[in-house]
This record gives sequence, C-alpha cells and structure tokens, in this order.
Amino acid sequence: MASITFDRFRENYLNAGYTARSWLLTLDHKRIAVLYMISITFFFFVGGFAAVLFRLELLTPQADLVSLDNYNRLFTVHGIIMIFFFLVPAIPSVLGNFLIPLMIGARDLAYPRLNLASWYLFMIGGFITFGAVVFGGVDTGWTFYTPYSSGYTNTAVVATIVGVFIAGISTILTGLNFIVTIHKLRAPGMTWSRLPLFVWSHYATSLIFILATPVLGVSLLLVVAERLLGIGIFDPSRGGDPVLFQHLFWFYSHPAVYIMVLPAMGVISELIAAFSRRRVFGYTFVALASLAIAFIGFLVWGHHMFVAGQSAFNAAIFSGLSFLVAIPSAVKVFNWTATLYKGSISLDTPMLYALGFIGLFVIGGLTGLFVASLALDVHVHDTYFVVAHFHYIMVGASVMAYLGGIHYWWPKISGRTYPEWWGRISAALIFAGFNLTFFPQFILGYQGMPRRYATYPEEFQVLNVMSTAGASIVSLGYLLPLIYLIWSLRTGERVGPNPWRVSGLEWTTSSPPPTENFSTIPVVTAEAYTDFPEDDEDE
Amino acid sequence: MPGFPDIPGLPQLPLFPQQASTVAGQVDFIFAAEIALGLFFTTIVVILIIYFGIRYRRGARVDRSNPPDTNLKVELSWMLGLLVLGMGSFLGAASVYFNINTPPADALDIYVVGQQWMWKAQHPEGRREINELHVPVNVPVRLTMISQDVIHSFFIPAFRLKYDVIPGRYTNLWFEATRPGEYHLFCAEYCGTNHSRMIGKVVVMEQSDYQAWLSSGTAAEVPLSDAGEQLFSQLGCSGCHTGEPNATAPDLAGIFGQPRPLESGENVIADESYIRESILFPSEKIVAGYAPIMPTYEGRITEEQLLELVAYIQSLGAGAEGQQ
Repeated sequence: MASITFDRFRENYLNAGYTARSWLLTLDHKRIAVLYMISITFFFFVGGFAAVLFRLELLTPQADLVSLDNYNRLFTVHGIIMIFFFLVPAIPSVLGNFLIPLMIGARDLAYPRLNLASWYLFMIGGFITFGAVVFGGVDTGWTFYTPYSSGYTNTAVVATIVGVFIAGISTILTGLNFIVTIHKLRAPGMTWSRLPLFVWSHYATSLIFILATPVLGVSLLLVVAERLLGIGIFDPSRGGDPVLFQHLFWFYSHPAVYIMVLPAMGVISELIAAFSRRRVFGYTFVALASLAIAFIGFLVWGHHMFVAGQSAFNAAIFSGLSFLVAIPSAVKVFNWTATLYKGSISLDTPMLYALGFIGLFVIGGLTGLFVASLALDVHVHDTYFVVAHFHYIMVGASVMAYLGGIHYWWPKISGRTYPEWWGRISAALIFAGFNLTFFPQFILGYQGMPRRYATYPEEFQVLNVMSTAGASIVSLGYLLPLIYLIWSLRTGERVGPNPWRVSGLEWTTSSPPPTENFSTIPVVTAEAYTDFPEDDEDE
Repeated sequence: MPGFPDIPGLPQLPLFPQQASTVAGQVDFIFAAEIALGLFFTTIVVILIIYFGIRYRRGARVDRSNPPDTNLKVELSWMLGLLVLGMGSFLGAASVYFNINTPPADALDIYVVGQQWMWKAQHPEGRREINELHVPVNVPVRLTMISQDVIHSFFIPAFRLKYDVIPGRYTNLWFEATRPGEYHLFCAEYCGTNHSRMIGKVVVMEQSDYQAWLSSGTAAEVPLSDAGEQLFSQLGCSGCHTGEPNATAPDLAGIFGQPRPLESGENVIADESYIRESILFPSEKIVAGYAPIMPTYEGRITEEQLLELVAYIQSLGAGAEGQQ
C-alpha cells in the first residue's frame, strides 16, 4: 500500500455528528444509504425467517409444523417482504444512493430532501406492512390474484397493500432523483460515455421505477376499492374480470424483476473491472444492453399468463419477445467473461461473489428461456420449476451482487476492511447452500410439484429435504457477514482512499468520504476503467 | 411434430413424470433440447471463466498487452447466434402450444367445475365425479371448465398439461391419453386454505372399461341434456323459446355451433360461452330481429345448471323440431 498518512480524526460523513437528529434529519446521500442499509437488512432477516419456517414445514409431506392457513401466510410474507422491502430497494437505495454522486463527481443527489423523504416513506410503508403481516397475516401470495384477494380472503389485505403502495412511492422518488442527478450533476469531463456501468444500470432501473411503479400502485388501489367499496373491477360476481388484474399486475411486476437485476448487473460490471484490473470489454454494448433490457422488459408481461385465459396468438407474441429480452443479458455475460481475457485477476471476496453471480445468473437466465417456451411453460407454470428459476436470479444473482458490492465498497463506506478469509468462506457457503436449496426445486417442478403447497405427495419428500438442508447452510452463510461486517467496524484495518488500487472517482476521495464528497470537484479526462494506479508487480 | 421416442432400455427417469398423453413426449423433447442448449452455453462460459481466471491470475507472467476494448464482429455474432437458437426454440415450443390450444373437432366433451376446494367433473352421459376424472385411452377429450369462486388451475403432470379454471368464463383443456393408469391431478393456482388439498386423480381406462363405467352410475346421474331439458322448462325458458314462428325469443333448435346474426350486424358462433353469456347477460348479444327483453338469470342459477342447459341446447341438433 502506498504511504498515506492517515489522520483518524479527519472529518468524514460518519463522524460529522453523532446525534440521532443528525442521522434522522440528514440530507447526506451517504447517511441515507446507511439508513437504508440497516432497514433492508432487518427486512431481509424477517423475510428469511419466514422462509426458514416454511422450509422446515416442507421437510415432511404433511402439514404438521404450521397450519395450512399459517403456511399460506408465511409464503406470502416471504414474497412481499423480500421483493418490496429488500430486493427492490437493496442495491439502488443502498449502493446507488451512496455511490452515484461519488462516481459522477457530484456532492450529492439532485434532491437531497426528496432522498430523505424516500427513506421515510419506505420506513412508513415497511412499518405498516410489517404490522399487517405479523399481527394480521396476509395469505394471498405476493401476487394478490383476484378475486381471491379482493373478495374471498379474510386477511389484512388492505393494510398490506397500503404499506406496499407507500413504499412504491418511495421508489418512484428515488428513480426521479437518480435520473435528474445523472443528467445534471456530472462533473466536468464526465460525459455519458465515460460513466461507470454501475451508473448506466441505475439510470435504466430508474426509468423502470418511474414508468412501471405507478401501474402497480393503481392496480393495488383498485383491489382495495373492490374489497372495501364493492366496486366490481376484477370479481366476475360483481361484473369484473379476474384476468384484467393479472395484466395490470404483471405490467409492473415483470419490469420489477429488471429493477431487481439491472442494479445487480451494474455492480458486477464494477467488480469484474476492478478485480481484473481492466476496462470492461464492450463497454458500449453493456451500457446499451441495460437500456435494451429496460425497454424490452416492458413488453413481455404476458409470459406470466400463458395458461391464464389469453389467446394463443397473444401468448406467442409475449413468448417471442421474452426470448428477445434474453439477448442483451447474454451480451453482458459474454462481455464480462471477455473482460477476464488479458486481465489481472484476483479472487478476493467481491470477485468470488461476481464470478458466482455469473454462473448462477446464466442458469437462472437460461431457465427463464425454458419458462418462456410456450409448450414447456404449460407444464412447469405454477410449479417449483418457476420458483427455482426466479430464485436463481433474485437470490443467486441479485443477492450475491448486493453482498459482493457491500464487501467491495465496505472500505469506502466504513473506512475499514472486513476479514478477507471470513468473506471467502461465507461466499463459498452461500454459493453451495444456495445451489443445494434451489437446484432440487427444478427437478421437483418438472416432476409436477405445484408451488404454494403446504402438503405434498410422499414421492416429493427426498428433494424437499435436500432443499431444506440447503436453506440451513445458506442461512448460516448470510449470518456470517452480518456478524463480521459489524465486528469490522471496531476491529477492521483503517484504509486510505483506494485500498483496492482500482479505477473510479469514488476511490479518489478518502475512506470514509467527507460529507461534501470531494474537496474540489474533479475534472474527468479518462475513459471509465482506465485509471488504475500503476503497480510494480504487474505490467 | 414427432414425439420423443421411448428408447428401449432407457428407463423413464425418475426426474420426469410418466408420459401419458400425446403431447408429453413432445414437451419432454423440447425440455431436453433446451437443456442441451443451456448446457452448451453454460459450459462455454464456465470453462472460459476458469481458464481465464487461472491463466491471467494476478502475478502470473503472461502477455497482457493490448487487451481488446471491443470487437464488433464478436458482439454481433454471438447476438445473432443467440437470436437464431432462441427463435428456433421459440418456434418449436410455439407449434406444440398451438396444438395444445386447438382441440380436435370430434373430441369427447367433459365438463369440470372447480370450487374451493374440490374438482367436480360432469360427463354428458350422466356420471358425476368429485376429485376424480375417468377418461378413455386414445380418445381426444376436451374439458370445458369454470370456477364457482376464485381462480384454480387443472394440472395433470403426466400429461404435461394445465389450464387455469377461472370464474366468469369457460376455459378449455384438451388431451389424448396414451397409457391406462392413474395420474396425479393438482390444483395449480393458489386458491386459499386448502389449495394443497385440492388434488385428485385422472383415471385413464381402456375404452370398453370406460363405456362400462359410464353406464354404471346411479339413477340420479341422468344424461346432462335430460337434466337440462327439465331445467329448461322449470326455469321458464320454454315459455318464450317455443320454436313457434312468431315467438318473442329465437328458436334454439340446431343453433349450437352455428353462426348467429346479431342486431349489431356481426355474427358470433353459438358455442357454450355464448349460451352461458346469453343466460346471464342476455342484453349483451341480441339476435337480429328480436328485442332485448330476456330477463337475466344471474344469481339464480349455478354453474352446474348452466352446463346442463348448454348440454340440452347442444342436443337440439340441426333439423330437430322445435320443443314444446
């Protein structure tokens, strides 16, 4: 490490005020990111705990651990909390908030107060939904299909929806904030073509935030209207159409999965570049692929409805477009792989997460083509095959990318290093446990085990036991970083601006950064990923 | 499209359910083909990552000069390759899907009503079943399905088939079973407390056994169209639909499956959906030359009764005399 005299009493965003007020009324994007980090970690473990419970139930074919109704509540809680209160905000609201201004050479986001408002809305929404699911319970599944949700279940649907709706507003405001920031606050010389790919991914994600989320919000409000006011919209007994809800719901919820994966891909681009010490291959293609995924992602929602009652012709159009949306994702995978060529590769913890991401994302993405294939999907729709497919992407890819990013930027966020060997062990445990949990589910699904089943025929037991065994391993894998990252706040080695010796504006300022990010706004002259500090060991 | 051949000596892997319908083999073939394609790509990516990861590991003395920044030919060629393979898979799966969605004209009709939390099957000859469906082997069967409450889904893994069963309108699922036996039937759309108990079996029988089974019902299990005829008069339908030339309601003899000219000028085929809609929402489609005066039966008739009336009207074949 180069000789930098480190003044441990230098002011940075963490020690610029220790009162609760200075945190809860902060306008600093970095503090808001930390607030989000703590909140989503809480929700992750709540949603994860629900999964532990139902995976325990699934060890045996009978419903002997929890009642059928409670089982239905558990998988619903798991989905709602994990999607709306963990996956959607995780990378954008934690890493995006922290890093976008730093990466573009700005002092903060365009609307700092709006940013704080986003966090409060998220917390209010989370509080309401958490209260609803824990004290009342909801059993509709995270998909809220009508007319079950709007007329048949006696659970806390309205309260849950209100919480999700408010959290949705939070994401719309974040998306707006990011778009304006990226357009207007780039430092001199930071042209669009010099932006880090992380920023491109978040730009594309923000477009989805602002265009798709309102549709979900209104659709959920319509469910509330039907439920509370008896207005017939989706319930045929009141003159409504149940399939209409599915179109409206999936119009948001398919782009939502790209909200969950595009930021992750942005993290991976950064990690691959950093730990190969070279520029991402095909930068322009990767940047444009993010926009292509966002755009095409709006056109494929009907692939969730191949057996729901739309015409075969409609279904075929959605299937064809779904194959198309795979292409930009595949372009990214090939480009990341090609980046390793003539790189200088180091298998630090973040790189282990990144390489694990690529493997799991490839499996998840390819199985996405299976479910996009019309005749195949007729068989595997609503089975564990689909459950396995989306967990490979949402957990195998997105969660691994989040953890990889947290580890990579941990020195920047906290000013400390984490214990590298514990990092590698956890990454390996998570990778192994994850595969043991979800790979058997592909087989279970093809064999015909439907999803959302509390009880099942005996012949499915062996694979269910394997899956639950994997879940216990992966849970341990997630607990370890929680412990050692918090531990590192006291015991980790303090670092200078660029402990990884990589390229990027965020690595030119101190770790942790000062509240104002940069003492002087940088002037950018280099392309992205071309400013690696010279090192005597490699060329 | 040819089915996936049963290779002698190769056991039906426990990874797959039995193949018990005409499309099962085709679906498994598409699955196997996509697995092969997927394995091909995954292997390439994994091998490259491992190879590059080792060869270019930090500290290795190897030529790293001029790493390529981009290569348009390479980018375009893998995009094109993916597009071609993707479109091939899409077209193959789509063609089987169109087959799945096009029942043969001579298929045997069976009616299914789903409700929380049981399946009720109604054979036109009269037999009724709960959570079981008896069908003959090697005969195309078309299920006409509807829900009494929330969305369900009729799933037979051994056939590789399912379709949602929704409230408010009929959906169809057709199959031709190829192997006698008993197969799992599952509800595959979450529908509340007992979703995972809304299961049963499909019993595929030799055709002679099926005929014998059909005729061994109870006295109460009369043919559906007979029940429908009784209901037709009980509910007062025969009061207006007399078949007389100047009746206030159209003659229903021979209309089933034929195009109906409407007041609006369009023509619609008088299928079961049309019949059901006309009973529940009579003002939706008025036959040309008639006034919108039919009262609605919404809220006064069950889905099973609607199916009885559909069967009755269907039984009034072309050329039959008007009923009294």
